[in-house]
Amino acid sequence: MLSRKASKDSHGQDSSYFQGWQEYEKNPYHPIQNPMGIIQMGLAENQLSFDLLESWLRRNSNTMALKKDGVSAFKDLALFQDYHGLPAFKEALVNFMTSMRGNKIKYSSDKLVLTAGATAANEILMFCLTDPGQAFILPTPYYPGFDRDLKWRTGAEIVPMHCSSSNGFRITRCALEQAYQLGQELNLKIKGVLVTNPSNPLGTTMTKTELNHLLDFAIDKNIHIVSDEIYSGTVFDCSSTTGFTSIMEVLNERNNNNYNNIRNHVHMVYSLSKDLGLPGFRVGLIYSNNEKVIAAATKMSSFALVSSQTQFMLSNLLSDAKFIKKYMVENQRRLKRRKDMLVRGLRKAGISCLRSNAGLFCWVDMRHLLSSDSFEAEKELWKRIVCEVGLNISPGSSCHCSQPGWFRICFANISEDALHLAMHRMKVFTSSIFSVRFPIIMMRKKSF
Amino acid sequence: MRLLSTKATCNSHGQDSSYFLGWQEYEKNPYDEILNPKGIIQMGLAENQLSFDLLESWLAKNPDVSGFKRDGKSIFRELALFQDYHGLSSFKEAMVDFMAEIRGNRVTFDPDHMVLTAGSTSANETLMFCLAEKGDAFLLPTPYYPGFDRDLKWRTGVEIVPIHCSSDNNFQITESALEQAYEEAQNLNLNVKGILVTNPSNPLGTTLSLEELNLLVDFISGHKNMHLISDEIYSGTVFNSPGFVSVMEVLNNRFSDADEAIWDRVHVVYSLSKDLGLPGFRVGCIYSENDTVVAAATKMSSFGLVSSQTQYLLSAMLEDKKFTRKYLVENQKRLRRRQKMLVSGLEKSGIKCLESNAGLFCWVDMRHLLKSNTFEAEMDLWKRIVYDVKLNISPGSSCHCSEPGWFRVCFANMSEQTLKLAMKRLKSFVAELSSSSDNGDNKAHQSKRKSLTKWVFRLSSRDHRQRDQEER
Repeated sequence: MLSRKASKDSHGQDSSYFQGWQEYEKNPYHPIQNPMGIIQMGLAENQLSFDLLESWLRRNSNTMALKKDGVSAFKDLALFQDYHGLPAFKEALVNFMTSMRGNKIKYSSDKLVLTAGATAANEILMFCLTDPGQAFILPTPYYPGFDRDLKWRTGAEIVPMHCSSSNGFRITRCALEQAYQLGQELNLKIKGVLVTNPSNPLGTTMTKTELNHLLDFAIDKNIHIVSDEIYSGTVFDCSSTTGFTSIMEVLNERNNNNYNNIRNHVHMVYSLSKDLGLPGFRVGLIYSNNEKVIAAATKMSSFALVSSQTQFMLSNLLSDAKFIKKYMVENQRRLKRRKDMLVRGLRKAGISCLRSNAGLFCWVDMRHLLSSDSFEAEKELWKRIVCEVGLNISPGSSCHCSQPGWFRICFANISEDALHLAMHRMKVFTSSIFSVRFPIIMMRKKSF
Repeated sequence: MRLLSTKATCNSHGQDSSYFLGWQEYEKNPYDEILNPKGIIQMGLAENQLSFDLLESWLAKNPDVSGFKRDGKSIFRELALFQDYHGLSSFKEAMVDFMAEIRGNRVTFDPDHMVLTAGSTSANETLMFCLAEKGDAFLLPTPYYPGFDRDLKWRTGVEIVPIHCSSDNNFQITESALEQAYEEAQNLNLNVKGILVTNPSNPLGTTLSLEELNLLVDFISGHKNMHLISDEIYSGTVFNSPGFVSVMEVLNNRFSDADEAIWDRVHVVYSLSKDLGLPGFRVGCIYSENDTVVAAATKMSSFGLVSSQTQYLLSAMLEDKKFTRKYLVENQKRLRRRQKMLVSGLEKSGIKCLESNAGLFCWVDMRHLLKSNTFEAEMDLWKRIVYDVKLNISPGSSCHCSEPGWFRVCFANMSEQTLKLAMKRLKSFVAELSSSSDNGDNKAHQSKRKSLTKWVFRLSSRDHRQRDQEER
């Protein structure tokens, strides 16, 4: 009676990523009301800098009242449903992106399509770039939501490109080729590669080398690149070697006639959900030099327009260049501090993380805590961590990681106290594992 | 291998239709009372601009709401983080109450059966994804909203098969038209998954009669797995009798709650874009008693969520029942007045409209102004009206009307003066037409008024002849 899409579970929401969430909902931690509850460390939200935004809002109450220069813009905004987007907002966004990325590229508003969040942006790009049954290569581990966002209604497929801890999960030319081969074997036409840069769940930025490998590969195979740069503003280590490089920058460096084709094959996705911590406002965008893609995506955005009320408020916020600069710097400082807190806390529990410079989470190595090198063991460990330790973290298998034992742990969506408590619980847990496994060692230690 | 998808490169987004072309002409030369008094007047936009003052005064009295405050406290953080696709529960509750009020509280809705979407554009597409596969079809009575060609078909691969309605019976849906459409779909090898109606109708401006509603319910009852979608986006714009009857009311009266077989197959779409005049805020919804549809549509709404900022603002507004009652009554009063203005203005030009009781537009009969009873003649006339008379109106062919000569003319998206000017321009145009189309006698000395009378006389006698033929 219903479509296959409505009846199957191809929305991917039965994965453990969502199950942990459900456990949390049944027994959520609260410092006073439920101090033994589950601490939510599976949500990649940025809750660290709301005070800065709130203080801006207090100083700019006119924006809230939908007033511009003292005059009410309510009527114009109420009627504004033009899928080209509020020009002032698009201008503010491109200026924000330009300055946030170190003024290395000047982004222009006519190459931008606004969408209700990056979720909509990614799906729209799939609709524009693939026919049903065609595929995109995605490096693993990747954001679990992509299984729904990229495949569900579009009929597109994902071919995983397996990255390994042996080289810090970096993208190699060899892995790209292998994934392409896999696509051939599965009889799937590969239309492109989608990367998240900075990576979710790794928390690392792609190096220029990786970006160039990607470009070379796309040129060679004549396919697209989609770069989801939703975490680009969360890079908290900004030295020249560990800062953020956008695919658009690397593309720009290839500025001669041999590369005319590739210019039309590279598309970027961005959103204000992570950098500004505003996922509820549904602000995402597609950026591309390809006019046809922009034209088609613009029409498709009819199905996911950004509320004009929200466009107006945020165009004012983003246009306050002085504020935004201050915000970005302070936000990054707070993220770094939190990440360091998490890394230290885990170290005390004998757990190490992948070295990261961005994102709202760490990619944590718990392989040594597995009872065996298998995904069953990873699931077991995960269940123990959710139910016994009381921490909702995301198991690597839900991110399609090819090696068991890795977990994503978020650090920016809880209070400092909750983070300390979580680390304490973790330490107790790992101590108990070690004392069970190595009772003799523990006893020897005590005798000192 | 093609670089882009078929969807990106074809033109099944339907945006090359005249509906959009007229819009483009308007954009090049838009009327402005002061800056461009000879420009094109936009009468092709079904927007409700009549009651903003009421909304603005509510906002002025409730500044906290726009300032992200609730009971004096800032809830900015809470809203900024709120991306739950189940939607703000206070907003859904306010929406179901508002919808019930519009229906005279003869039906009530359960917020758990509502899915919020970024506008009804998103709601309609989402329902297609939930109910049909590529290659399935939905039956739509003509004339219908041109946007459906994109919204229902483009990315979903679903087909539309028209149910041809005729001016003979005021474009009402008949059983034979339904059967014919169903047969046509079979002949095209399409599996009919359901019927989609807009009630009140766009572009007709009429509410579906109880007869039509019962006919539709009977039809889907009689066909296994067939759905009925009722897009009730204009339900709050009903300004005259016979009044609005929602399909939900009909189900309520005819079936018990336990009759899942029928309740599971009827779905309502709604939006605040027309009643409240807030298309920019992107607030739409799907309402269904079918739990599987609600579950799937809820997940799909991830691709088109309503901004939490907007959900909060509107939940506060709609919770103010004193305000919503006052608003609905006053808004309808203003719409009624405007419609009358348009109808009488057109009458002065010898042009009649389909008698309507809802919507933001009239369905106007200009068949007598056509050079021939063809769509080419309709296009000719339309071009003259856009370029010479400088009114952007929507030709019936863009709404898939099966008879040439009908046009949709909007009345709620401009000032009273502008409407009067539009009527004046039309009157001159019609007068010109009749004086130039009169054959024989020297018309130079004849007053425009006389030729108009002759023209009107010719029109009514033709009507008589037509009616005689039909009654046979």
